[in-house]
Amino acid sequence: MGRYIARRLALLPLSLLLVALITFVILRLTGNPVEIFLDVNSTPEQIAELTARLHLDEPIPVQFFIFLRDLMTGDFGESLQFNAPAAGIVLERLGATLTLASTGLGLAMTLGIGLGLVCAVQRDRAADFVITSVAVAGQSMPSFWLGILLIQLFALKLGWLPTSGAGGIQHIIMPAFTISAFLLPNIILITRASVLDLSHEQFVVAARSKGLSRGRVLITHILPNAFNPILSFLGIQIGALIGGSIITETIFAWPGVGRLILNSIAHRDVPVVEAAVLIIAVGIALTNLAVDLLQMLIDPRVRRQ
Amino acid sequence: MPRNAALQVETAAAVAAPLISVRSLTVDFFTARGRFTALHGISFDVRPGSVLGIVGESGSGKSVTALAMMRLLPDHTARITGGQILFQGTDLAHAAERDLRRLRGRDMAMIFQDPTTSLNPIFSIGHQLREGLALHLGLGRAAADRRAEELLALVRISSPRACLAKFPHELSGGMRQRVMIAIALACNPKLLIADEPTTALDVTTQAQILELLRDLQGELGMAIILITHDLGVVAEFADEVQVMYAGRIVERAPVADIFAVPSHPYTGGLLHSMPSLEEEDPALLPTIAGMVASPFAMPPGCAFHPRCHLAGADCTRAVPPLARVGAGHDSACIRTAHV
Ligand SMILES: Nc1ncnc2c1ncn2[C@@H]1O[C@H](COP(=O)(O)OP(=O)(O)OP(=O)(O)O)[C@@H](O)[C@H]1O
Ligand SMILES: [Mg+2]
Repeated sequence: MGRYIARRLALLPLSLLLVALITFVILRLTGNPVEIFLDVNSTPEQIAELTARLHLDEPIPVQFFIFLRDLMTGDFGESLQFNAPAAGIVLERLGATLTLASTGLGLAMTLGIGLGLVCAVQRDRAADFVITSVAVAGQSMPSFWLGILLIQLFALKLGWLPTSGAGGIQHIIMPAFTISAFLLPNIILITRASVLDLSHEQFVVAARSKGLSRGRVLITHILPNAFNPILSFLGIQIGALIGGSIITETIFAWPGVGRLILNSIAHRDVPVVEAAVLIIAVGIALTNLAVDLLQMLIDPRVRRQ
Repeated sequence: MPRNAALQVETAAAVAAPLISVRSLTVDFFTARGRFTALHGISFDVRPGSVLGIVGESGSGKSVTALAMMRLLPDHTARITGGQILFQGTDLAHAAERDLRRLRGRDMAMIFQDPTTSLNPIFSIGHQLREGLALHLGLGRAAADRRAEELLALVRISSPRACLAKFPHELSGGMRQRVMIAIALACNPKLLIADEPTTALDVTTQAQILELLRDLQGELGMAIILITHDLGVVAEFADEVQVMYAGRIVERAPVADIFAVPSHPYTGGLLHSMPSLEEEDPALLPTIAGMVASPFAMPPGCAFHPRCHLAGADCTRAVPPLARVGAGHDSACIRTAHV
């Protein structure tokens, strides 16, 4: 298992290199940052200075080489907007993003598994029908719309929660719920389906033949077997979760990396975009590794492979 | 009930009261295709410490009988619609789930056809053995581990301690079935229901598992219901045999009599399709012509008559009741004399 982790970590730089290459190409395909960043009445000296600072006067391969060299040292250059090291600016906001994303993920997992279990136990009865229908509808509902609805109801109409910003618990409730809505419907449906599938397994009858109650078999035998399909889904959806947090942070003015990225792209703040994309890529890779390790921990058959 | 009275008188002297008595047990299934009856009011007894073999083709209702006795039929699709299952003064057919839970795994236990799917794939053998021990005997981790090790030794697993830490996929089918037997025997049950415990195993392993079961029955003295479609297994192991066809018991007899004087044409057919040592190729064996009746389209009268070489017009009139044909020997055929 230690060797497996080591191998996965050794492969990490390779995928990061790929991400770096793609970021590099896209940022250069989408227009000259210098022209976009500086306004029309800037002097030729200013333009030349910025072009040199971003190394845009060098040939493209040299630019890429410089970019890679900077990556190795964690130096993405100075942010154009904030005049501070780009990496530092991104890391400063990482905490807020992680708080929001993990709260949203935790909410999605607890609610999703809980409601999925209710559906499986109440199969084909009213509760199952209602929850499943809402989940299916939720799959097709854009979450930013949910975010806006939440703001209108709980912030503007009822005045219970603040519309935006970060601070206390009351600030995180709506954005966390909005993020969780990206995953919640599928977690409910996957849990329901896995639990129903598993309950036909021979080992479930065998467990009950030992004298265990239905509830105990559900929680201690069926549910642990249902975790791995859910984790696989999360592994695949981690990108969607990040997309979701960019949208959510923007709607709720949450001071995280997502909002920073959107803002930096709009201003062609190249160093910040590069830093943020790479840090997110590291996050995705580590999350996938964590998912794989958890699955190994749960199921010895995965461990063997 | 004159027949029952006769049975009572005949057996009272020689035999103790039954450990479990099944009376007119009827089970219905409610499926997408509609409702059908899987067990048509079957009655039988199991005496303490005896081995009852139940044989019959696929679909005859053997597993349904076993699961009904454990009250583990699928909740949504199956229902006991009549009869009683009397066990230690309780009618299991009408007992509350709480009371059933106290009996399952302690007084009655079950092993299943496919040992590869009977164990939870993500838990160690030790974990799955400890569960029942903690539940019924209140054993803590250390005591349960000690007892679990003893149990694995009891089922002749050579390094029991190492086995505790293993996971199901690390064991062969035969080993897994041994583990299942160990789990079933954890609390010294009075009744063990073994539903085709060797069908999924290769021939050598089959023989080993059966021998193990027979030894354990001798050592521990529990009663066993051994379900199989292999009369050869029954011959070596059972005291009494009961043949099922289409949800009914069609013949019941002490094991020697089933082979010496089969009294139902279906039993005769089963005996003919039994491989012996000289006949190497099972494909050459005669099989009973025709197919098992669909529970949705039961033939009138005796369910076996469409496949029976002795059948006549009178066989379609009524379902023949089990009738006494010899000492402890019943048959449900109006042409018993001609078999
Ligand atoms: N879960 C179920 N849902 C619907 N019908 C069922 C179910 N289980 C059993 N049956 C039906 O009940 C009847 C008896 O089945 P049972 O499983 O008892 O047969 P069996 O004698 O054990 O056969 P086998 O030798 O194949 O195990 C069959 O017609 C079968 O199709
Ligand atoms: Mg069966």
